[in-house]
Amino acid sequence: MKSPLDSSRSQPYRLATGGRIDRAKPLTFTFNGKRLQGYQGDTVASALLANGVRLVGRSFKYHRPRGIVGSGPEEPNAILQVGRGALTTPNLQATEVELAEGLQAGSVNCWPSVEHDIGAINGLFSRFLPPGFYYKTFMWPSRMWKTYERFIRKAAGLGVSPKEPDPDRYDRMNTHCDVLVVGGGPAGLAAALEAGRAGARVILADERRELGGSLLDGRDEIDGAPALEWVNAASRELASMKEVRLLLRSTVFGYYDHNFLTVLQRLSTDSTSISRPLIKERVWRVRAKQVVLATGAIERPLVFPNNDRPGVMLASAVSAYVNRYAVAPGSRPLVFTNNDSAYRTVLDLAEAGIPVQAVVDVRPEPNGPLPSRVKDMGIPVIGGHVIVDVKGTKRVKGVEIMSVDASGERVEGRRRSIRCDLVAVSGGWNPTVHLHCQSGGGTRYDGEKGCFVPDAPAQEERSAGSSKGSFALGDCLGEGLEVGAEAARAAGFGDGRVSTPVPTVEDRAEEPLKAMWVAPSRRPPVREHKQFVDMQEDVTAGDIVLAAREGYDSMQLLNRYTTLGFGTDQGKLGNVNGMGVLANHLGADIESVGTITFRPPYTSVTFGAIAGREIGGLLDPVRKTAIHRWHIEHRAVMEDVGQWKRPWYYPQPGESMEDAVNRECMAARNAVALLDQSTLGKIDVQGPDAAEFLNRVYTNNWLKLGIGRARYGLMLSEDGMVMDDGVVIRHGEQHFYLTTTTGGAASVFSWLERWLQTEWPELEVYLTSVTERWSTIALVGPHSRKLLQDLDSDINFEKSSFPFMSIHSGSLAGFPVQVMRVSFSGELAFEINIESDLALAMWQALMKAGEEYDITPYGTEAMHVLRAEKGFIIVGQDTDGSMTPVDMGMGWLLSKDKDYLGKRSLSRSDCVRKDRKQLVGLLSTDGTTILPEGTQLVDDPSAGIPVPISGHVTSSYASACLGHPIALALVKAGRARKGSIIYAALRDGRHVKAEIVSPVFYDPQGERQRV
Amino acid sequence: MLLISCPWCGPREESEFSYGGEAHIVRPKDPDALSDLEWADYLFMRNNPSGRYLERWLHAAGCRRWFNAERDTVSYKIKSVYKISDPAPRGDE
Ligand SMILES: [Zn+2]
Repeated sequence: MKSPLDSSRSQPYRLATGGRIDRAKPLTFTFNGKRLQGYQGDTVASALLANGVRLVGRSFKYHRPRGIVGSGPEEPNAILQVGRGALTTPNLQATEVELAEGLQAGSVNCWPSVEHDIGAINGLFSRFLPPGFYYKTFMWPSRMWKTYERFIRKAAGLGVSPKEPDPDRYDRMNTHCDVLVVGGGPAGLAAALEAGRAGARVILADERRELGGSLLDGRDEIDGAPALEWVNAASRELASMKEVRLLLRSTVFGYYDHNFLTVLQRLSTDSTSISRPLIKERVWRVRAKQVVLATGAIERPLVFPNNDRPGVMLASAVSAYVNRYAVAPGSRPLVFTNNDSAYRTVLDLAEAGIPVQAVVDVRPEPNGPLPSRVKDMGIPVIGGHVIVDVKGTKRVKGVEIMSVDASGERVEGRRRSIRCDLVAVSGGWNPTVHLHCQSGGGTRYDGEKGCFVPDAPAQEERSAGSSKGSFALGDCLGEGLEVGAEAARAAGFGDGRVSTPVPTVEDRAEEPLKAMWVAPSRRPPVREHKQFVDMQEDVTAGDIVLAAREGYDSMQLLNRYTTLGFGTDQGKLGNVNGMGVLANHLGADIESVGTITFRPPYTSVTFGAIAGREIGGLLDPVRKTAIHRWHIEHRAVMEDVGQWKRPWYYPQPGESMEDAVNRECMAARNAVALLDQSTLGKIDVQGPDAAEFLNRVYTNNWLKLGIGRARYGLMLSEDGMVMDDGVVIRHGEQHFYLTTTTGGAASVFSWLERWLQTEWPELEVYLTSVTERWSTIALVGPHSRKLLQDLDSDINFEKSSFPFMSIHSGSLAGFPVQVMRVSFSGELAFEINIESDLALAMWQALMKAGEEYDITPYGTEAMHVLRAEKGFIIVGQDTDGSMTPVDMGMGWLLSKDKDYLGKRSLSRSDCVRKDRKQLVGLLSTDGTTILPEGTQLVDDPSAGIPVPISGHVTSSYASACLGHPIALALVKAGRARKGSIIYAALRDGRHVKAEIVSPVFYDPQGERQRV
Repeated sequence: MLLISCPWCGPREESEFSYGGEAHIVRPKDPDALSDLEWADYLFMRNNPSGRYLERWLHAAGCRRWFNAERDTVSYKIKSVYKISDPAPRGDE
């Protein structure tokens, strides 16, 4: 017989004719450094098989040699590292990577090479890696994990991440549609056609590069012509419909609430192009009124000893390689099946001229139309037999078979050897119910079909065709049309009736399969040679039985214990067989052992696609003050405060941070300094009930605050804990101006809105966020008044007419301003509020006028030191959501004659406990140690574990003006402990002795700010 | 991701909203008259039913209005939305 193989020596297993490849476009690629050739239209997997490459990787745990098993997203073994440098991508399935010129691919998980792998020694010592190895290692003794981990991680690593930034771009698209059809096979095409004809806005998404689904892999006929002619006609009709969008190379990977689905579209398959950046992938976020799931089915392998040898493949994959890629995955194939569908593969092989050695069928007498046809061709069909062993290590050399006894559970008789280099296996089909399950739908076991089929939908969703368990082509087409029309009707289009007759198909009747989760063999599973259930995770039937014996006897437990289904393929091949093995062992129904949880993503999604454009500077908005440019020009070191950029300190040439901060602090204490305080939250509050409203949300009283006066205010959450603080100004009878902390600006605004809208709609109050409109410059220090008086102004800055905590509007150096006399430093200080577009000019005018006083700009670090010296707290640093105003020593701010948010909580038993933590000052007794913020405080440094904790340090700085470090801390019953000693427990094990003191270190009488 | 109908703006993505917990919890008029237990009940205790739930939402990245929604905590279906000032809709049972 003439060889069906291509005569070209470069691709010895390429069939001479056929396939959906472009033989005019040969492509060169490398695999593990070796140059190989394939064609446009190949996947890396089909090209490797065309070149006779059988060994493609090593298994995860035992490092057994592995070959290609599937032809799509189910592939467990052929996991590759593709591309180099910044473009390298780990863990791609060879079956999913389209071949491209110059593509570089390599095996992951083997070292130093796939042929000679050191980790294979694990295979010899596999009894040391029993199921639950990782689990047990984590559980006990946990301290040993560190020792194991180093060794295991290195041995088990799946690929490497790129070290450089990804030069490509990833996009995101949000869209809506009436009907989203998932899957472009016969059922999906039919559904999209009907929905489109009804006028619905349709999106049809398919993971492959062309439509047709399973029809691309087979040799079916529709309406008496090759099925692909029907596919072409359907594609043309869909392309002509304006409201239909076709997404190819697009995997629907997530199905979330309210019919929200995510689709990963692969736009560029070119890993070598030099024209960068290009848009590599796009995530479509689709909100669909109706969803049609036509996701097909994935063939189930059979489980038998050494079923993982390179050359054992799914029968459907063999058909796909022969028909779609014109590749013979072997030259002497043997087929092992429990059902009729694998006989189509026999016919495909025979049609391609590849001599099938035999069909081994579990069923005693396979006599359906398909087996009969095969027998008629003279191909031996051996009924009632199973494979009991596979010969060959790096590629299949033959099988041993035995007959199954009457019970169907044991083998008997003599072993018989058959030579072959390819074993095509079929254990039936698993409908691809992943998306149905992600959407909240359940499954039920269909005993006749031997598979789990979707149960009632939980969302606006319909399954059709193989994904529903209807495997015959005619049923796929018929159901697709029906479901497409129904989905359109449900979305408001058409009457739900199918507009065209179902195309005619010659479906050969198939006899029932004989469900078999693990083939009977000579020894019980735990002693049998490796019968692999999950190849990627190296889980065998024996592992599952062992786990069940140890008590992990439901799927949820078993998955975690054995890691069944935990690989990047998420157990697409192994899960159902695993359930079956467990059910067999327990003597239970497969349905009763639990369910498999399907989680997004259906297939792997790159981090790039998830991040999209939200990277680098687009990750989060950057907020800059109106004076930002000046800070940069004057070499300020900037600090991130939430989204804001703030000057941290302004180092002069040669200065350290400590030098700069000390200089800035001393300037504020002894001369004049200025701070850009524009990031404070600012809220304009107006309306007839404004005062009453503030009275309810602040702890102190606002009704009697005079116009033009300011007051410090404290807000509590309803549980009595300090939430925010700031100065409030009264501009008019019905007009207030609130400041909040920088970090609390948005949350305080929301908090005020919430109470107004939900609880007190009777109050007429209007809130406006004016944070960006107004800039704030704090002018601080003993010379600040003189400096202002030097400027041209209609404001009298003398103490008599401008007392502490008052406000004046007017003109300053020609700018309209509002000046507030408040102080967050304890010094004489004025806060100048000015419209933001004038702020930079105002700042510059102050700098110029201040030259003669040696004016000094200062940053957030000096601001912190100055306020800590005065014992002024920062909400969120010195408080943590569990501190009451009484704890913080601010009881004087609590009004007794009105209600306010949080008031009632302050008298709860827990809030009046005597041992609550309280704000205190701390001085390290050596006078030099700066206690690290966050350090735990203990009373007895020699106490045994668990050490009783008495408090912790919240703020800590070196104080230049005091000449020693200071700290603020929260200490249990701390106010009554002034003068006593406490110990700060440092990370290195040392204890630093500290004295508990008043939190006000500087100017305790507060005289300086009132001068 | 839920699709939530703001009573003022219409259907919008969940990411535009923030959640406000159980609806129809009225702040006591005279908190000082309550025992610790009664105050704690207002402050901390919330229903957590499997099924119908009346809850508050804020259209934070939209009109910034609070409203109430009637949602099933099992199916996540939102049966109705209504204004804060509207009475609670009657349940089916
Ligand atoms: Zn709205």
